[in-house]
Amino acid sequence: MSAMPGDAEPRPRPRSLTDLFLSFSILALQGFGGVLAIVQRELVEKRRWLTREEFIEDWAVAQIMPGPNVVNLSVMIGDRYFGWRGALAAMAGMLVLPLVVVLALALAYAGFADNARLAGALRGMGAVAAGMIVATGLKLAGALKRHPLGVPACVAIACATFALVALVRWPLLGVLAAVGGVSCAATWRVLKRAPA
Amino acid sequence: MNITLGIGDWLSLLAHYLLLSLLSIGGAITAAPDMHRYLIDERHWLSDPQFSASIAIAQAAPGPNVLFVALLGWNIGLNAGGLPTAVVGMTVTLLGILVPSTLLTFFATRWGRRNRDVAVVRAFKQGMAPVVIALLVATGWLLVAGGRASPTDWPLWLLATVSAVIVWRTRVHLLWLLSAGALLGWIGWL
Repeated sequence: MSAMPGDAEPRPRPRSLTDLFLSFSILALQGFGGVLAIVQRELVEKRRWLTREEFIEDWAVAQIMPGPNVVNLSVMIGDRYFGWRGALAAMAGMLVLPLVVVLALALAYAGFADNARLAGALRGMGAVAAGMIVATGLKLAGALKRHPLGVPACVAIACATFALVALVRWPLLGVLAAVGGVSCAATWRVLKRAPA
Repeated sequence: MNITLGIGDWLSLLAHYLLLSLLSIGGAITAAPDMHRYLIDERHWLSDPQFSASIAIAQAAPGPNVLFVALLGWNIGLNAGGLPTAVVGMTVTLLGILVPSTLLTFFATRWGRRNRDVAVVRAFKQGMAPVVIALLVATGWLLVAGGRASPTDWPLWLLATVSAVIVWRTRVHLLWLLSAGALLGWIGWL
């Protein structure tokens, strides 16, 4: 967090609320199919507002918290520099212009909703989008290899969650309370026995 | 699709999204199956094609995926009247999904920066990991199945499966895949 004693060079940071808003607008508008990769490239590699370690730390928290991860991340980064006003500016940058684009697309689509070819195209994009979401889950599943509960227990928890949500169609609250509750409690017990 | 929404219905919609906001660990998309269950199966405020189109358009557009929630509200409003109710619907669902989680994140981050490495936080984060991962897979499944999983839809399942494997295993730009899916649908293969 704080500068090292030998760190002569001042850390780059957003100059103003406007700078924060515009920077987040620009990166949000580049994010097709997800913004996270762009956030990392723009803020860590290009603008160097955050070190890689700070980014990973913030991202971990953004994922624990409910709500859209990249919006959470923008709130956290904005707050880091300008308090609550920074959080609002960064969040607005992340959402306002993309919302205008999405609405424009939806309105354009509505004029042609009866067109069979366009309906087919959207069905195709929907199937790809579904595959992209499944792939995100598969990419994250790699992290379960180091899970304190072990791989078999994780697979069992994941299968139970999938079955309840996709096949039985339980409400999310019930699934999170039942399966999530058991999983967190079990993890807590394992962590308590063998503190890292 | 035409529906009538009273003030009580709008408040129910807002309440449901305020609740989902706090439940959507791993992103708003993990709450998509529940939105499907509530909006389509339970309330009949939205049609299945509208639901899928909302997610497909939001995925195709740049920006955070959470904007599909704004489109769901927009479409509910359209079904309930016209553009003015569409704006109301969009505002209700978007504010509902954002405000609780954002406030929680804001205060929890400030708390978390003061209390790093707290055991409860680690147990919660790691304990939820397999659940969050399964929710993502279930979301993809429901998007294809959409309530009408018939064997004649096999090209759709195939496309979704192939896309999943490509995104998982390669670094192909997502826009290429979306374009390919659009093209296959356009020429009538799906």
